[in-house]
Amino acid sequence: MNIHEYQAKEIFREYGVPVPRGEVAFSGPEAKEIAQKLGGDLWVVKAQIHAGGRGKAGGVKLAKSPEEVEKIAEEMLGMTLVTHQTGPEGKKVEKVYIEEGADIQKEYYLGMVLDRSSEMPVMMASTEGGMEIEEVAAKNPEKIIKVAIDPTIGFQGFHGRKLAFGLGLSKEEIRPFIQFAEALYKVYMDKDANLIEINPLIKTGDGKFLALDAKMGFDDNALFRHPDIHEMRDLSEEDPVEHEAEKYGLSYVNLDGNVGCMVNGAGLAMATMDIIKYEGGEPANFLDVGGGASAETVAKGFELILQDENVKSIFVNIFGGIVRCDRIANGILQATKQVEVNVPVVVRLDGTNAEEAAEILKNANIPNIIPATDLADGAKKAVAAAKGELQ
Amino acid sequence: MSILVHKDTKVIVQGFTGKEGTFHSQQCIDYGTKIVGGVTPGKGGQTHLDRPVFNTVKEAVDATGATVSMIFVPPAFTADAVMEAADAGIDLAVIITEGAPVKDMMYAKMYATKKGMKTIGPNCPGIITAEECKIGIMPGFIFKKGPVGLISKSGTLTYEASNQVVKEGLGITTAVGIGGDPIIGLSYKQLLPLFEADPETEAIVMIGEIGGTLEIEAAEFIKQNITKPVVAFIAGQTAPKGKRMGHAGAIISGGQGTAQEKMEALRNAGVHVVESPADIGKTVAHVLGKK
Repeated sequence: MNIHEYQAKEIFREYGVPVPRGEVAFSGPEAKEIAQKLGGDLWVVKAQIHAGGRGKAGGVKLAKSPEEVEKIAEEMLGMTLVTHQTGPEGKKVEKVYIEEGADIQKEYYLGMVLDRSSEMPVMMASTEGGMEIEEVAAKNPEKIIKVAIDPTIGFQGFHGRKLAFGLGLSKEEIRPFIQFAEALYKVYMDKDANLIEINPLIKTGDGKFLALDAKMGFDDNALFRHPDIHEMRDLSEEDPVEHEAEKYGLSYVNLDGNVGCMVNGAGLAMATMDIIKYEGGEPANFLDVGGGASAETVAKGFELILQDENVKSIFVNIFGGIVRCDRIANGILQATKQVEVNVPVVVRLDGTNAEEAAEILKNANIPNIIPATDLADGAKKAVAAAKGELQ
Repeated sequence: MSILVHKDTKVIVQGFTGKEGTFHSQQCIDYGTKIVGGVTPGKGGQTHLDRPVFNTVKEAVDATGATVSMIFVPPAFTADAVMEAADAGIDLAVIITEGAPVKDMMYAKMYATKKGMKTIGPNCPGIITAEECKIGIMPGFIFKKGPVGLISKSGTLTYEASNQVVKEGLGITTAVGIGGDPIIGLSYKQLLPLFEADPETEAIVMIGEIGGTLEIEAAEFIKQNITKPVVAFIAGQTAPKGKRMGHAGAIISGGQGTAQEKMEALRNAGVHVVESPADIGKTVAHVLGKK
């Protein structure tokens, strides 16, 4: 789960990670009021969406008076921001963050993720602040300083020094930087984060470090013990179909193709997308209906897939293990009664009682259900059906 | 022969009396696995599925001589259960539970490693030595005995691969579902040498997916150390970047962990990489000279 910049900054404040003063606004007048409250002579209006690259897309603007803050906020609210991370459809701006202007002397990058190789959290710093870290990693990997932090010893001074000296900080800057990094480590661990990015981290004219931006993501498996974080979830940032799927314990990801997929198991679901492509088609979605694949989950699966108007055929690919295929076949038949399925459905059931299942589907004699014998056969038929070359 | 588990392996179940634990323990017993007891704190002294229940893993190990534990306890308590098993001297913990926090598993694995306990999973189907010992939730009948070792991040794709191998008239020595979480126990690199050393295993099937670098590390290892033929499939060639595909670990981040880079690394290591998941069985038969 991801949260907005303003929410991440709230958490930062709680942990003593220095951030500029600021507040979130939902309207122009509110934005103006916040600017007046903050005082000063320079403010930044920042669109709150879950995507990077806002600056280039016009989602971050400077204002020199509270009136200008109001004007910019009004322009930004309701606009659709297209950045390299939002996809071509963009994201609608529903809130803006009003922040005091900062005296930027130098920009850095500071981030934390789980390093899956060392199986420890790793803190990364770079002097290339403001740039995409992926780009830096590709072009100048030597400019990224990484330290893995063994959680059994926690954040130590030497971790901080390695980063600080790596960044070329002066003697006076090292102490405030290490304090900053240590507080950030605590945020990461305490909140079960799986990603923190501060880009840029800035050094101000008076030698302080401030998180000018803040991005945080969390381990979904740990949300049960962080109700406060869970409450920060913004459903308007998520694909409504994906969210609907989640409510039913299904895992769905929308894609661009026209062959709908319904599969049990995440690995097999990915493999099914792959084989559709391999056979010359394009998958419309990833959908894992879980090990059970009951009539209810299959019916829900059909509903989810058919919300996508591009879908021209559906490939149901179920490997029955503990749950027998004959039961799944009956579930599919029941589901087709609950949901009107108006595209060809290629069904491949293998595993326990696969033959009985084939018999059940054959005897049901539903014209748009096409049985398949194995994975390759199913994929070929589903691709042909999507192209209108079957029947 | 086989790897890690066989017909005489004594197994206890943590989370024995719960719904999942009960159902799958019974399935394992029916398969022939020597389930010698279980642990449910507070239910010590009772009998469940004709086997003794203990309050602690230590008591269970002392009374039964079990060396392996199958773990079904809920996600919030999984790490605790794993660490208890390690503390009690268990050799191998097979963690079936799905949804355990990554941070918890990070600590649990560190402690297990310190205590010399191997782990498989979490969020995995388990391990099965065909026709001898099933420790997990996989449908046992798919795994007929034969010369192929199997290592996979995915459950149903493991069944699919085994099924294809069996349809070619071959079979499985041991199949290990290593799980698809960001932090897992035994991985390709630790399991490949076991299959290399197992006289009954003639070929190895390796099923990976997007996310992380385990497959890349495996490729490097295979190049140096593995002489038996390896057939690999990487799921997620068509997965978009930045989206979690079911498994928590299956995400391409920052352009890293793509199926394409993994396939290329494996090919460079001399692995027979199949592009279509339907070609796994055929390719195994081919490399073993059966076709």
